[in-house]
Amino acid sequence: MFYFSRWKIVGIVVTLLAGVLVALPNLFSESTVATWPRWLPRAQMPLGLDLQGGAHILLGMDSNDLRKQWLESLRDDARKTLVNDAKIPASVTIRGNAVAVRLTRPEQADAAMRELRKIQTSIGSPLAGSLGNDVDITRGENGIITITPTEAGFQQRQTNAASAAIETINRRINALGTAESTVVRQGRDRILVQYPGLQDTASLKKLLGETAVLSFHEVNTQLSVEDVRQQGRPPAGWRIFPSDEAGGPAYLLRETPVVRGDELVDAQPGFDQQNNQPIITFRFNQQGARKFGRFTQEHVGQPFAIVLDDKVLSAPVIQTAILGGTGQISGNFTVDSANTLAVQLRSGALPVKLTVVEERTVGAALGSDSISAAKTAGIVGGIATMVLTIFAYGTFGIFACFGLLVHLVLTVALMTLVGSTLTLPGIAGLVLGVAMAVDANVLIYERIREELRNGKPAISGIDAGFNRAFVTIADSQLTTLACAVLMFWLGAGPIRGFAVTLTFGIVTSIFASVTVVRLLVWLWVRAQPQTRSLEVPV
Amino acid sequence: MRFIPNFKGFDFFPHDLRLPFMRYRDLATILSIIAMAISLGLFLVRGLNYGVDFIGGSMIEAQSKSGPADIAALREQLSKIGLGGMQIQQFGAPTDVLIRIEQQPGGDEAQQVALKKVIDTIGDKFTQRRVEVVGPAVSSELRFTGILAVAAGMLAITIYVWFRFEWQFAAGVIVSLVHDVLVTVGLFSLFQLEFDLSIVAALLTILGYSVNDSVVVSDRIRENLRKYKRMEISELLNLSINETLSRTILTGITGIVVLLALYIFGGEVIRNFNFAMLFGVLIGTYSSIFIAAPMISYFGVPREGGLAEERPKKAAARKTA
Repeated sequence: MFYFSRWKIVGIVVTLLAGVLVALPNLFSESTVATWPRWLPRAQMPLGLDLQGGAHILLGMDSNDLRKQWLESLRDDARKTLVNDAKIPASVTIRGNAVAVRLTRPEQADAAMRELRKIQTSIGSPLAGSLGNDVDITRGENGIITITPTEAGFQQRQTNAASAAIETINRRINALGTAESTVVRQGRDRILVQYPGLQDTASLKKLLGETAVLSFHEVNTQLSVEDVRQQGRPPAGWRIFPSDEAGGPAYLLRETPVVRGDELVDAQPGFDQQNNQPIITFRFNQQGARKFGRFTQEHVGQPFAIVLDDKVLSAPVIQTAILGGTGQISGNFTVDSANTLAVQLRSGALPVKLTVVEERTVGAALGSDSISAAKTAGIVGGIATMVLTIFAYGTFGIFACFGLLVHLVLTVALMTLVGSTLTLPGIAGLVLGVAMAVDANVLIYERIREELRNGKPAISGIDAGFNRAFVTIADSQLTTLACAVLMFWLGAGPIRGFAVTLTFGIVTSIFASVTVVRLLVWLWVRAQPQTRSLEVPV
Repeated sequence: MRFIPNFKGFDFFPHDLRLPFMRYRDLATILSIIAMAISLGLFLVRGLNYGVDFIGGSMIEAQSKSGPADIAALREQLSKIGLGGMQIQQFGAPTDVLIRIEQQPGGDEAQQVALKKVIDTIGDKFTQRRVEVVGPAVSSELRFTGILAVAAGMLAITIYVWFRFEWQFAAGVIVSLVHDVLVTVGLFSLFQLEFDLSIVAALLTILGYSVNDSVVVSDRIRENLRKYKRMEISELLNLSINETLSRTILTGITGIVVLLALYIFGGEVIRNFNFAMLFGVLIGTYSSIFIAAPMISYFGVPREGGLAEERPKKAAARKTA
């Protein structure tokens, strides 16, 4: 029946008021809104990076690097457990995707297996139950034992590396400034960094891209690099490290470092007091300081190497034992690079090498250009639509225009409530949503006209128009909704922003273009003088 | 309500109009098939001008710091740094240029190296307005999800229409959807407009608009099937199209007006997107009238008791009467 109960009207009005209140802050600047009284909603739609300017950087974790690192640490663990702790002589090497242990005395295989099981850990959670072990240990012929990483174990490593990397990235970015950046994991091996307001991404990428693994190594003083190159292979436990400078000398260093960068507690950029060159001063934690002290004590007069990301920064000669746990690194630094490196060292090493796999940066100027362009387009499109609607449907057209405004306000209110970001494609979606809302009114009014033409009396013609058109509106909106949901689900970047606003637009259009307009028409009918021949202004 | 004047709208549409759409059914079918064939040919032979989203590489939108951009000088300068496959063009305002760098061999890092070279070269005369770099892994993923999104969109719509109407309607809808997507893609191939992620969004919206139109006509067909049980099917389809024509045209005009405003004032970044949508409104309207509805007459429609049995039954009924 064409009737509105008092409660229904109250419900509609309350919804409208709530929508206006929630949407209102978006019309004002942030500083204005901040002065509003507490009880008013003050949340604004966050702007996407394409509108406010900023950098979107997708980083890929290097899985091969992660695998290699794990194999290396497995090898070191196996060597330590077997050879150093249990005193079972064996050679431990990396063979392809596994660690191979060759026992000097094959009859010790049982004991060796027992020892090696100590480095095996089981994966899983108390809830999900056990998912097996992180490595498989198999026993072959002639005292050969193979330690193979499992896929489940690798995935766990990946997850751990991702969360550690995110933490490190957050620390590094926070050291840069105070922007509201977000760092999240995406998929299995990706990390998304969003940094509003940043335009020049070169320094950010440098900060993110380098793992910054710092370590201090013993330099082999017996053998020169040339000797090793002639022999073909370095002695076990030693490796040739290249210099950080192009064309600089290589060094033969012990593979296992004396102290690692993760034992640093502080790193600051500074200047060398003698030659005024940029340097980095650092401080170890207690354990690191003890190890470093003991090593320098035993090797006075010999060089030691400072290695960053597998490249030798410098190899100074130890003058006296360094017992306080502090030191300085000199290298070929500029003020900037010393500063960046200090940040990297302070924030800890990235657990895995990261490469930029996708980058989208929008300058703040382009962002504000886009906003003003969208404003113009929105105003022109909106006015044109309203003129067209009133021209085509007269008084009822005015009601439809009111419905459109309600539609816009409620869509914005919903987006503000949910906190979804407004992007440039999102604005296009908003405008398109308006066009779709107009369609609902066109369907209703054309139907009313048709019913009236077919000789129905005014009231029942209006009623039939609303009722019959509703089925069609619901059908067409639902199919569009299906499209929008798919876009959101499958889409990336620009598609998502578009899908979000389109979805909200469809959700609100039934209420705005059908319920609210119907209420207005009902109010209009009640306000008319009670005569038999009611002229419907449509 | 008393303050609002009562006035009637301008009902421009001659409602007793009965355009013989179904008479041109075969002609329209042939035209559509030709358009689809040409589009497919263009797509296969000429291909699409894919943006960095889908083929990887970098794109820099830069603005000259003083005066209009000297593109010839820029081209000369950039040709010296030895990167393969670079495109430089004016973009919107005379101060703005768009530089596209093809995907460089050597994985994700190579793209960053190339980008840095270009930015270092132009840095003193231009400021960057927008930079997009898509590596090989991401671009192939985006290609896959793009195709998947369009395919899934078509499937979801078809299933919905099938569920709400009869399979004949769904068949008509899917044919018209394939037509719309194919012809739009053909247009992008013809003019070699940049085809990127936002165009996939446009394609999905075109699907939505086109099916929206088809659903309105289909709804009317269903209603008329119940109302006029004896009317000849092609006459009934024609009546339904004509009855909904005023709505089709008015909604189409509103859509076009809004999209035109976006196309003209909405800025360079979403211009191609808006172009696709404008075209989509036209093609979607065409396909729901000339493809979706005629397909129903090709397939036949089950009426109460089924179409095939209807005539003999009636004949039998008449005899007994």
